[in-house]
Amino acid sequence: MSQVAEAPEKSGDVGAYEGLRIRSLTKEFASFTAVKSLDLDVPSGSFFALLGPSGCGKTTTLRMVAGLETPTSGSIELSGKDITWDKPYRRPVNTVFQNYALFPHLDIYENVAFGLRRRKSKEVDRSVREMLQLVELESQTRKRPPQLSGGQQQRVALARALINSPEVLLLDEPLGALDLKLRRSMQIEIKRIQTEVGLTFVHVTHDQEEAMTMADTIAVMNQGVIEQMGAPAELYDNPETTFVANFLGQSNLIEVEIRGPEGDFVVVDMQGTLASIPTQRTHVQPTVGEKAWVGIRPEKVLIAEVGASIDAPGNSIPGGVVSDVSFIGVSTQYLVRMPWGQEIQVFEQNTGRRRLFRQGEQVDISWHPEYAFLLDHHQDASAGVDKVDAPS
Amino acid sequence: MTASTAAAPIAPATPPEQPDRPPARKRKLTGYWLLLPGMLWLAVFFVIPFYSLVATSLYDRTGSVLQGYDMAWQFSNYWHTLDDYWRPLVRSLWYGGLATLICLALGYVLAYAIAFKSGRWKNLMLVLVIAPFFTSFLVRTLSWKLLLRDDGFIVNALQFVHLLGSDGRLLATPVAVIAGLVYNFLPFMVLPLFASIDKIDHRLIEAASDLYSRPIVGFFKVTWPLSLPGVVSGTLLTFIPAVGDYINAELLGSPKQRMIGNVIQSLFTDANDYPAAGALSMMLMLLILAMVLFYVRRAGTEELL
Ligand SMILES: Nc1ncnc2c1ncn2[C@@H]1O[C@H](COP(=O)(O)OP(=O)(O)OP(=O)(O)O)[C@@H](O)[C@H]1O
Ligand SMILES: [Mg+2]
Repeated sequence: MSQVAEAPEKSGDVGAYEGLRIRSLTKEFASFTAVKSLDLDVPSGSFFALLGPSGCGKTTTLRMVAGLETPTSGSIELSGKDITWDKPYRRPVNTVFQNYALFPHLDIYENVAFGLRRRKSKEVDRSVREMLQLVELESQTRKRPPQLSGGQQQRVALARALINSPEVLLLDEPLGALDLKLRRSMQIEIKRIQTEVGLTFVHVTHDQEEAMTMADTIAVMNQGVIEQMGAPAELYDNPETTFVANFLGQSNLIEVEIRGPEGDFVVVDMQGTLASIPTQRTHVQPTVGEKAWVGIRPEKVLIAEVGASIDAPGNSIPGGVVSDVSFIGVSTQYLVRMPWGQEIQVFEQNTGRRRLFRQGEQVDISWHPEYAFLLDHHQDASAGVDKVDAPS
Repeated sequence: MTASTAAAPIAPATPPEQPDRPPARKRKLTGYWLLLPGMLWLAVFFVIPFYSLVATSLYDRTGSVLQGYDMAWQFSNYWHTLDDYWRPLVRSLWYGGLATLICLALGYVLAYAIAFKSGRWKNLMLVLVIAPFFTSFLVRTLSWKLLLRDDGFIVNALQFVHLLGSDGRLLATPVAVIAGLVYNFLPFMVLPLFASIDKIDHRLIEAASDLYSRPIVGFFKVTWPLSLPGVVSGTLLTFIPAVGDYINAELLGSPKQRMIGNVIQSLFTDANDYPAAGALSMMLMLLILAMVLFYVRRAGTEELL
């Protein structure tokens, strides 16, 4: 299962693809397949995020692009040139490593100058000073890496890779070791630098918020395959698999039975209530009588007193009971137990215009049909659910 | 317990005095008590013998072991013995230096292979490196004498490929002595090198190759500098004993390959010229000390050591 991000289909253009193109890339370690027939197109100049849980093969994919790991099969192309078997030191690709991997025996200046010196550049001094200015480390040039703070080391690692103006810059969870506050400011910093230099960035992370704030395009990866690829808003609004629905934000998934297509909608029987889902948000064959999952984001669910006028015809369900209320300040999070036993999450903005519901109160819930999505029932409804992280 | 946790945020800079903590002065003394056994050992087995050596080297040379020596502050002992024995002294430095270089070349490759390429055989290989220590130094050197003997297979093979003339030999040549030194001191080179190379983070080498370094360039820009502490301690551990060694020259060499150790030994045991032997020992020690200091400063690895 794989898609192509905004593939620039210029009519009749069989020539080179500008950017990084990966085709059916596979990596096997002994009997274990870390990456399974991966297809990926990264347009040049974009900020691309590879998002997935720990151990799903992100680092392995990056290492193959950098040339540090040999693929079992498949191909990697850069601006139309096949680099699958090129040595790492011959590729116009640089990496910001997960642990920085700064040279401890060299000072900051020499660390940053390393790549230029190997390529016998004439303008080492000027470039290094410019680069150190860009990452705001001009005053630290003669320190050794262990003398710097984590955030500073991270910026040195970025500068050391960036100074070579690679065609693709690979970032392997570069912010993983930083505390939350520093991570937020580095996210903005890296995004600023990418916009400034205009290079292609491939950023690996397992933090969905990080991917959404930084990237133009996100590829969600799970167990060695790309589940879905697209712009952050697109992935969030219209997830195609239960994994994406749960891993990127949170979703309510309700078991339904398909009644069949009707115009631009697919009508489903949702535990006794009829609901309709737009066809372009239906990611399963609408076979009559088949089971499926209806997905709806918690903040898209409306909550109302019993019998209050329903705002969203077709997708309104009566008979809920508020089973939990948490007041967060900007919003209130409800758990509503439905007649069939499932608890639906509802987030409501505290606009002040509506009163809070109390635990045990009878409510109706509803949503606008265009916000729901329909997913394959064969997929695990709890795939990608973050069990540790509390909803934030 | 609850009271102290509650108080902590208010005054974090002054933790409450812990009643069962020993007073500062007593804690300071603990360190000296721990030093005591080592200090005693050094005093008995280093400072006193060293004092006696210095004294001996300044005795009047006309005395003898039986009649006793007079302390004459005879600094001329140094000039006279240097005049008599500068050849074996220079030869020792030369043999020791060459053996150290050969050990470095062989040992580096070996340590590198064990650290990076041996996989699950790593421990076995390390055991093999120190396995020769299970037999005595003397026996091992004697067995080299057998291996290199005039009609042995090594000499025959070298004669066969014309690397040696038909009456050429290995025993009683510098080659045999240096080979013996290399063999005997190689583990002292390999172990510190291994310790250093094994510590190198492999990802640094990957980073170098990601930054346009061919493997050979990556080696000289990353692996080699990071292994320098091992190189320095390995060369010192090899060079110092090799220069002072006398067994290899004694068993594998001839009087023409006499090293300074042989001279000192025969001055002590055969000639009974204790002042000359003492003066030579002192000179050897000072010379090596000076060279080591110079070397360590030149290598610029004080902070890495
Ligand atoms: N050299 C190797 N030998 C065997 N298995 C490996 C090797 N390298 C990685 N793997 C396996 O491949 C899978 C993917 O690893 P990878 O490092 O790509 O994960 P990741 O997505 O980067 O995870 P994380 O977010 O934790 O860094 C893991 O299950 C890992 O155990
Ligand atoms: Mg990883």
